[in-house]
Amino acid sequence: MSTTFETVANIIAETCDIPRENITPESHAIDDLGIDSLDFLDIAFAIDKAFGIKLPLESWTQEVNEGKATTEQYFVLKNLCARIDELIAAKSA
Amino acid sequence: MRLEYFQMIDKVVELDLEARTLRTANTVPCESPIFEGHFPGHPLLPGVLLFEIMAQSCGMLLLRLHNYDRMAFLASVDKGKLRTFVVPGQVIDVFARLEHDGSGYARLKAEGRVDGKLVCNADVTLKTMPFPAPELRGYLLSTAERIGMPMGDAVIGTAERAGNLTHV
Repeated sequence: MSTTFETVANIIAETCDIPRENITPESHAIDDLGIDSLDFLDIAFAIDKAFGIKLPLESWTQEVNEGKATTEQYFVLKNLCARIDELIAAKSA
Repeated sequence: MRLEYFQMIDKVVELDLEARTLRTANTVPCESPIFEGHFPGHPLLPGVLLFEIMAQSCGMLLLRLHNYDRMAFLASVDKGKLRTFVVPGQVIDVFARLEHDGSGYARLKAEGRVDGKLVCNADVTLKTMPFPAPELRGYLLSTAERIGMPMGDAVIGTAERAGNLTHV
């Protein structure tokens, strides 16, 4: 079974045409991989479908815009995957 | 259909809130300044307007599902196909289905048919956000009334779903 990170990295590589080897758990989706908000909608759609969840993009964006969170908390891939795992766990609970 | 005002949807034929689908009927006007340039002697509905018809049908479905509490803006069109010419006077039957309602966005599938023949289809992504202006919400509500969007919980329309989106 592939890990959350492997699934997410493969989605990003396929959706944004980024070489898979350039995508690491430490990669920042925006700053390092150059993913913009429109491309991230495609990624969110693929993640939602792959894991059966709904990434709360709106609340994340609001938190960042209001200074209550940093982009690193949600868009560094290891952190994004941790959030995904939390959402999966919450769905199963 | 009033092309110059981007009023692409004429009427709602079927709304199924449970299946999250909408069917609209849209008649291409026989005359429009658009046809003077597109094209002289060979009037065709521009392909971008076929995408617009599909996008508006998707948008009206999503607004209805959200009870008009948010606006939907076209973000992307994937796998768009324009399969044949559409000419003045033809009626385009558009079917839209919500595939995924995400956070701040939605993905839908849409297709248009003329006399049962598939003329266009696409995957449509809409970005959703609070209405940026109150008059915009009012305009959309008046549009919904104009096209006969049902506001109750019931399914309307009797069209068969068989064959919908089979080519998408």
